[in-house]
Amino acid sequence: MSTTKSRPFLLDFEKPLCELEARIDQIRELAQENNVDVSEQIRELEAKADQLRTEIFSTLTPSQRLQLARHPRRPSTLDYIQAISEEWFELHGDRGGSDDPALVGGVARLDGIPVVMLGHQKGRDTKDNVARNFGMASPGGYRKALRLMEHANQFRMPILTFIDTPGAWAGVEAEELGQGEAIAYNLREMFKFDVPILCTVIGEGGSGGALGIGVGDRILMFEHAVYTVATPEACAAILWKDAAKGPQAAAALKITARDLKELGILDQILPEPSNGAHADPLGAAAILKNALISNLEELFGLSPEQRREQRYLKFRQMGKFLG
Amino acid sequence: MSLFDWFANRQKSEQTTQQGQAEREIADGLWTKCPECGVLAYTKDLQANMMVCADCGHHMRVDSNERIRQLIDPKTWKPLNEELEPIDALNFRDRKAYKDRIQETQAKTGLKDAVQTGTGLLDGLPVALGVMDFRFMGGSMGSVVGEKLCRLIEYGTQEGLTVIIICASGGARMQEGMLSLMQMAKISGALEHHRQAHLLYIPVLTHPTTGGVTASFAMLGDLILAEPKATIGFAGRRVIEQTLREKLPDDFQTSEYLLQHGFVDAIVPRTQLKKTLAQLISIHQPFFPLDAGPNAHHTMPRQTLVPQN
Repeated sequence: MSTTKSRPFLLDFEKPLCELEARIDQIRELAQENNVDVSEQIRELEAKADQLRTEIFSTLTPSQRLQLARHPRRPSTLDYIQAISEEWFELHGDRGGSDDPALVGGVARLDGIPVVMLGHQKGRDTKDNVARNFGMASPGGYRKALRLMEHANQFRMPILTFIDTPGAWAGVEAEELGQGEAIAYNLREMFKFDVPILCTVIGEGGSGGALGIGVGDRILMFEHAVYTVATPEACAAILWKDAAKGPQAAAALKITARDLKELGILDQILPEPSNGAHADPLGAAAILKNALISNLEELFGLSPEQRREQRYLKFRQMGKFLG
Repeated sequence: MSLFDWFANRQKSEQTTQQGQAEREIADGLWTKCPECGVLAYTKDLQANMMVCADCGHHMRVDSNERIRQLIDPKTWKPLNEELEPIDALNFRDRKAYKDRIQETQAKTGLKDAVQTGTGLLDGLPVALGVMDFRFMGGSMGSVVGEKLCRLIEYGTQEGLTVIIICASGGARMQEGMLSLMQMAKISGALEHHRQAHLLYIPVLTHPTTGGVTASFAMLGDLILAEPKATIGFAGRRVIEQTLREKLPDDFQTSEYLLQHGFVDAIVPRTQLKKTLAQLISIHQPFFPLDAGPNAHHTMPRQTLVPQN
């Protein structure tokens, strides 16, 4: 359970809950100092807090979920990897002249199974974020991802990707080095691999930059994560000609896990601990680990041909049209 | 008034009457002004030159019907999946409802969505051709564009055809949200199967080719051609300028820039495109059999070269 002691980065909608939790702590302390039994009142208040928590987290708007998905304390790719794997060895470099810190990966062991894990990596603080380019990968990052996935395929290790990026890096150098080509190439190659591929949107799934490591046998997504065709801010600027219409765009674009499950884009929604993954990272990691293992077990039952075939058919049916 | 002024005035008035006439004729569609160099050309001459300015070589925009006429031998075009139409799956409304936008654009262009697909002969060579149309919501890629291109590529794979896609698109269509983004993956998957069958795929990048189209099928060609001075890129120029707060060089994200950085094979003027494609397709007809066997020979229909098992 989260405490109120130090809660930096408090989101607006978390405030009433946080205040109530602070009051409960206060009463508890006072009662202890004065030797009064207030357990009855505290139980009542805690029940009220639970109710409030359920209310708040079950009625989040898309733009509030976007805030949660971008929460600075939300567990990142490396947090999850370290929490769910027994062994982890990070590998570096795209073998083409760069090593992108915004996209990390390596070999690991998950419940005894050797796997390759990779994903976008946001920073934990401002300095780290600058080094990680806020999780916006460069062409070298996508090429490193491809190299690691080829490695996985070569050694018959499942590929687990973790998606958490506002989008691929939009800069002069990224264009020069072929950002579009790097992503495109991954999209095609990921249909080719024999080994099982699981893709999990852990935070922010931003556009082509997310999809560049997002073609798999199963697409999983955390309850409060988002996955968008373009950031709501960019979409608002283009379609509404007003970047401040971001919340409206967030609602219109259908970016939440529930919406995407309905649209046939996701396979599984991973529930988050009651206050969101940032309030209980280890709880979230346990949920992720179980889901990954059970999906892998299912996929091990298929032949490589079946996996490739089903992977294609899965994406093949995405889209809605008449005729 | 000096004699000199009189001459000057006379020249000025002549110029304005000329301009007035020109504007009238432009309105009638007889003349077209090149947006690049300003030279007026007789529209019929311009069309005969494939909408390429004879003076400065500027490539003006052409719609998908015109493209098909330019590339496919007369009377050989067979459209595919013309019946596919977009729907408003997200109930999307920005400043205008997506439903209304679809209807208006369909009425204006006579198209159901932003791509035409089909088969035909290109200088006698059978091809599967997809042509994007920028007039339809900026050539944006939603479910219909994805589905039609996917079916085209699958048909090409099945029939052993070269696939050519003329790209012209601002990227994924936001009004269909994530359904649009997923078309990138879907088309790339179809291209992987086409590739496994050792068949040729050539995207032709025309102005503009950006966003999700660049980050998928535009960059997946076995060979990639581009028209001169087309804008080709992943992120929009304005987005980059805003993030970096600096002006970008003029040639940034042009065909020439991509050629220089190794991402396209050649820049081909529109007037040479058909000839070039024909040459490239014919040079890629397998001469040595892909699979050793008595019936594998370059003069055999392409299908027989695909392994039968």
